[in-house]
Amino acid sequence: MAVQDNMSGSAPRPSLLNDPVIRGIIYQVLVAAAVIAFFGWIVLNTAQNLAAQNKTTGFDFLFRTAGFDISFTLFPWSRTSLYWQAFLAGLLNTLLVAIIGIFFATVLGFTLGIARLSSNWLIARVATVYIETIRNIPLLLQLFFWYFAVLKGMPAVRQSFALPMDIFINQRGLMVPRPLPDGEFIWVLVALLAAFAAAVALGVWATRVRTATGRYPSQVVLGAKIADALVSFLVALLAFSLLANMISGMTTPIVLGASALIAAVSVTRFAPFGRAILAFVFGLTILYALLTSMFPAVPQLVVAAGSALAALMLAWVAFERASDRPPGEGRFPLALLILVAVGVPAFVYWATGAQLAFEIPMLERFNFRGGVQLPPELVALVFGLTIYTAAFIAENVRGGISAVSKGQTEAAQSLGIKEGDRLRLVIIPQAMRVIVPPLTSQYLNLTKNSSLGAAIGYPELVNVFTGTTLNQTGKAIEVIALTMAVYLTFSLLTSAFMNWYNGRVALVER
Amino acid sequence: MTTDTAYIRDTFVPAKPAPGRTGGPILWLRTNLFATPTDSILTVLGVVFLLWAVPPIYNFIIGQAVFPGGTVEDCRVEGAGACWAYIHARFNFFIYGFYPIDQYWRPNTVFVLGAALILPLLIPSAPFKRINAVLFFLVFPVISFYLLSGGVFGLPYVPTEQWGGLLVTLIISLVGIICSIPLGILLALGRQSDLPIIKTLCVMFIELWRAVPLITVLFMASIMLPLFMPTGTNVDKLLRALVGVTLFASAYLAEVVRGGLQALPRGQYEAGASLGLSYWKRTSFIILPQAIKHVIPGIVNNFIALFKDTSLVSIVGIFDLLNTVQAASSDIDWASPTQAVTGYVFAAFMFWIFCFAMSRYSLWMEHRLDTGHKR
Repeated sequence: MAVQDNMSGSAPRPSLLNDPVIRGIIYQVLVAAAVIAFFGWIVLNTAQNLAAQNKTTGFDFLFRTAGFDISFTLFPWSRTSLYWQAFLAGLLNTLLVAIIGIFFATVLGFTLGIARLSSNWLIARVATVYIETIRNIPLLLQLFFWYFAVLKGMPAVRQSFALPMDIFINQRGLMVPRPLPDGEFIWVLVALLAAFAAAVALGVWATRVRTATGRYPSQVVLGAKIADALVSFLVALLAFSLLANMISGMTTPIVLGASALIAAVSVTRFAPFGRAILAFVFGLTILYALLTSMFPAVPQLVVAAGSALAALMLAWVAFERASDRPPGEGRFPLALLILVAVGVPAFVYWATGAQLAFEIPMLERFNFRGGVQLPPELVALVFGLTIYTAAFIAENVRGGISAVSKGQTEAAQSLGIKEGDRLRLVIIPQAMRVIVPPLTSQYLNLTKNSSLGAAIGYPELVNVFTGTTLNQTGKAIEVIALTMAVYLTFSLLTSAFMNWYNGRVALVER
Repeated sequence: MTTDTAYIRDTFVPAKPAPGRTGGPILWLRTNLFATPTDSILTVLGVVFLLWAVPPIYNFIIGQAVFPGGTVEDCRVEGAGACWAYIHARFNFFIYGFYPIDQYWRPNTVFVLGAALILPLLIPSAPFKRINAVLFFLVFPVISFYLLSGGVFGLPYVPTEQWGGLLVTLIISLVGIICSIPLGILLALGRQSDLPIIKTLCVMFIELWRAVPLITVLFMASIMLPLFMPTGTNVDKLLRALVGVTLFASAYLAEVVRGGLQALPRGQYEAGASLGLSYWKRTSFIILPQAIKHVIPGIVNNFIALFKDTSLVSIVGIFDLLNTVQAASSDIDWASPTQAVTGYVFAAFMFWIFCFAMSRYSLWMEHRLDTGHKR
């Protein structure tokens, strides 16, 4: 009886203090109280301090006249502009640097990442040295270097370096031609967008048909042949014009005739020879121009002979590649798509009589006139951010590619997939899954790091707002809160994208 | 009776000749530099690039450089390379900033003491880890503070405005590292906690600091911290920067530690709970030792980032290594065309040495700690 009594009785209740739920509540109340007390203390102190300094709070200062100059803005700026316009100018400048920097850093970073994994010892080593050097030096130091040592060390205005395409570089920054589109030019832009969309749609449609039936639609194949010849002609024209610049004997008829010959050959089975010739001409002209400017001390004959030798090797590679390609019917009609995307706008440009003139920067007595003058701060910041971030992106790319299991490579090899296709169809799609999340956080880092532009005087958000505006208005709390809110928004948007992407590409495992 | 098989080989195929080379430099060149025509082109382009890029760099740093013993006139000669004589002349400024010259023994003692304490800590086989860690993380900062700032035991008082150069860079990064470890671990534990209020607070703290650039944190610390304090409190400029750097670093460290906590199998948590251990005992004896071990490389990488980031304090007017170099580059006595570049190269080399050493150490630890559990 007694035993049964014991068993029916409920388990002994622990003391309330030992109950994990109650304890949790107690801890949380304590922490919350401490945090609230802390913030209350801060608010109290701040109010006292502000009262002692006779300062008010509030965002009404945003609608007052700023009265300072900003050296570079994307919209017209005058001393009578308001503080919120200063905020906007800084924000836009930050975004400008971020977008340009992200573009170049991605290109350079992917190149370096792939180069680091190259089977070519020299290329892999050069990439490694670049990454290990750049990653371990503070960005601010690199910005100082580019700004104070390189760009400030550039020649004065009168001795500007002339770069190709009417670009000049000097102490005051980069002078580039300003495009001056006329009224009709808008149609060319519309045509360009439409043609690009049409080309993409055509490509998608052709691929779908091929996936379903095993071959590309016959119209596309025919179009691709014609486009091949046309594009070959244009490319050959470019190549031989470059050559004509180098050799005095080549007149226009010869250039046209040679280009036509290449175009005619491109539809026959001797197309690889045409490609080899083009590769040789391009290799020779570009290498010669590059090497003569890189090694002014070396005799021209040696440079010419060296370039010719390298171009010959290039021609050989082009020949082998071209001979390996499948016959025209089975090939993706890339030339057709290029023709559609470029040809249609060109036709519209010609038909509407639109004009796109360029205002070329001209050296006058004391400074350049005309063109767009990119300030040296912008150039230095873009340079520094690109070079620094590219090193990190390269490591992410390398990590992503190495993360694809070796079995995937072996499986692709055993299916007989060629090297290029293996990378494009098997490795890269799987590597992107690993690369994209750290890549987006590198983009975010680049955007945040663009705030270092303040140290070299580029008028971005921190410089214009947290710097000048804060100094003038003394509204420390409001200004810093707004600045932080901007970066917080960037960060939240980035992580929202990352979550969406991760959800989309996450491996569905059993 | 013959079989239906059309053909049966009845002799061996003659053996192929042995491969010509199984080693040696030529085979190495062939496989690594000239494996395919494309490879050969890349190699040639690479060599051309190196031929173009390396000689000017070599000439600048060594070939045409002016070494200590040279004068400023040598540096002003047309075509002269790096002016190392200038670095030599201003070396003390780069290391100690404005610290009084007759008191240099104090930072020197701190340097030596720090090195003597940190080296055995980094070598896994060195004994007395626990005492060593206590000495380095708790005793060393206190001693260093009194030694550097003085005002006690008859040492002359040296205000922090006079500290500078590499000394300040090292102080900021060390304080950032030492203070951010406990803070970061607590934040990471808070973020993993089941208690909603604590979790929300930790997530907000971490995400806020990680979202904003360090420069705004430093601005905030240098402008708003004095506002937050009771009226009349004077917060030292260096201390403001230290607070900013520490808060910033702890948020990043918290995320690294969280990675380690999440990587632990659930069984470890459950095993600890089933032994009846309390939360703190379970965490400090079972969870953290394993989690931290997992993420040591990540923590070291964090420190590298922190070390590089300390250069940002120059923006709020603290004379760290970068700022001393920047300030000295307008020194008229050594004005020469290469003065600024030489200073930057020197600063870059100093930062690079520390960061590269840390990253190698992290790689080495990663290999050492790799106990083979990974696939």
